[in-house]
Amino acid sequence: MLTASVWTEPFVWWAVLAGTAIALAAGLVGHVTVLRGQVFAGDALSHVAVTGSLAALAFGVDLRLGLYGGCVGFALLLAVLGGRQGADDTVIGSVFAWVLGLGALFLSLYASNGSGEATGGTAGVSVLFGSLLGLTGQQAVADAAVSLVAAGVMVVVARPLIFASLDPAVARAGGVPVRMLSALLFLLLGVIAAVATQAVGALLLLGLLAAPAGAAQRLVARPFAALWLSAGIAMASVWSGLIVSCLWPSIPASPAIIVAATTAYGLAWMASVRRGGPRTRIASASTGPVADDLVCPA
Amino acid sequence: MTHSIVGAATAELAGPTWNLVVDVQRMLALHFMVNALRAGTAVAVVAAVVGWFMVMRQQSFVGHTLAVVSFPGAAVAIWIGVSVTLGFFAGSLGAALVIAAAPRTPIGRVRSQESALIGTVQAAALALGAIAVALYGGFLDNLTGLLFGSFLGVSDGQVIVLVVVSIGVLAAVCAMGRPLLFSSIDEAVADARGLPVRLLSAGFLIVLALTAAEVSQVTGALLVFALLVMPAAAAQQMTARPGLAIVLAIVIGVLVVWLALSAAFYSTWPVGFYVATFGFAAYVGAAAGRRAVDRWGTRRRGAPTLFSGQAKAVVPAC
Repeated sequence: MLTASVWTEPFVWWAVLAGTAIALAAGLVGHVTVLRGQVFAGDALSHVAVTGSLAALAFGVDLRLGLYGGCVGFALLLAVLGGRQGADDTVIGSVFAWVLGLGALFLSLYASNGSGEATGGTAGVSVLFGSLLGLTGQQAVADAAVSLVAAGVMVVVARPLIFASLDPAVARAGGVPVRMLSALLFLLLGVIAAVATQAVGALLLLGLLAAPAGAAQRLVARPFAALWLSAGIAMASVWSGLIVSCLWPSIPASPAIIVAATTAYGLAWMASVRRGGPRTRIASASTGPVADDLVCPA
Repeated sequence: MTHSIVGAATAELAGPTWNLVVDVQRMLALHFMVNALRAGTAVAVVAAVVGWFMVMRQQSFVGHTLAVVSFPGAAVAIWIGVSVTLGFFAGSLGAALVIAAAPRTPIGRVRSQESALIGTVQAAALALGAIAVALYGGFLDNLTGLLFGSFLGVSDGQVIVLVVVSIGVLAAVCAMGRPLLFSSIDEAVADARGLPVRLLSAGFLIVLALTAAEVSQVTGALLVFALLVMPAAAAQQMTARPGLAIVLAIVIGVLVVWLALSAAFYSTWPVGFYVATFGFAAYVGAAAGRRAVDRWGTRRRGAPTLFSGQAKAVVPAC
């Protein structure tokens, strides 16, 4: 089944390029998101991505405009709503449930204006479940560039951000701009949601954010080691998903990637249960191995 | 698709007359509208009650996940050729059991591993759903129905199933009643008092899963959350008293569904949009009202109103 010809097709290599960069960014940002227990914000953003894309389709503008506009706009809204103690689940939930309602409207507008339901269905499917193997060279390069910038920003702010996540009070006392960092994290999440929607799809990008990070934190004690491990697991998931999809073309790439990431999470879970509990402890930063890693940058 | 049915109905009926009695009579003359109203009411009541507990317990993420995973359940059911209703329930219940089986985060810690697990469960289930869609390949038209709902295609049999499940879920909530309320408000104290906190939490997850699966058959997997979270969130803004809040949530939920169905009937826009918009309007209105009353109340300490009392007061401090 594995024919050499698949690997000579350029679209496979564009998928590898874009997928790797997106996984790197999602793995890094996902680690901090999981550390802060804010995966729900990622979930909300992934659904906003659906609405943004459908709005772009309905009004006939560039898909990316809707995607980035929706995600970054919603991320800023979360940052504003977040205030001092972080946005309430209920507030996030209410806002994004309404945004999804708008998505239903845009879908029906798009399906009714001329192009018919079949097109609406297909476009909807590629928004929801992605089409990593359908990216053109130009799109792949653009996605990779955006992801690498996001990953770079993440690496620069990783130390203060993790410090602020583990112990906000001490970080604030140490002069770390806690609020600004939390807003920046939302912004990065928004950008990643937008990029990843084109590759793995809006409904599945949560898997790239949560599963590799959750797995890494079950395996490794130090938050910074877990940060890189999370990125590594995310990239490995993308590669194995792509390989599976190339071997069995009837299985689409995005779900295969998520299944790979979930498998990694399940294995890490079993490994950690045998050793007794997750490694990265979310205790106060003053005890245990976490503290060794956290030297206040100020 | 839903809007085309509504479109046909509108063309036939030529819009509202703005005479409310006549308009309502015209809606009720159509069997599918009667079914939609019945199903919508059953679903709205359950969603409001269970949603209120969900909001109190700060479990919106779990609620949303259980709602969304009903879609892969349905997709797999279509793929292997069993009843879609069964698929909805199997998907949500399966995810609830996985989440309930996981070791719980100690009280007072950031729920970081828990949120990673929930996110992973959601993505994994959706991936399976996507694979089922790809392998089946033939129900793309159905896909939007599964995701965004088919309020107007509810059959008589489905109405009966929905009403039975609603009654079952409400009975289960009543049976858990006070202990569930106690552990939702302050889990640590409830634990210290010897309540089976873990069992209650697992029981609530199952109730939440049944509710999510039930609601998603009417609103579609993506819009369940509107009915779960919004009426409850609005009620929580209005009062801190549990009994009153649950009643208010039910009233808001049912009104939202009725108004949304009527609005969709007399326009070409989808029901899901109206449900989400009216629900959100109720929530924003309640939040604004509470803020206004809070401000007014600090200037003039008067008699307690509907809005008086800190809604946050009952949320455990953490």
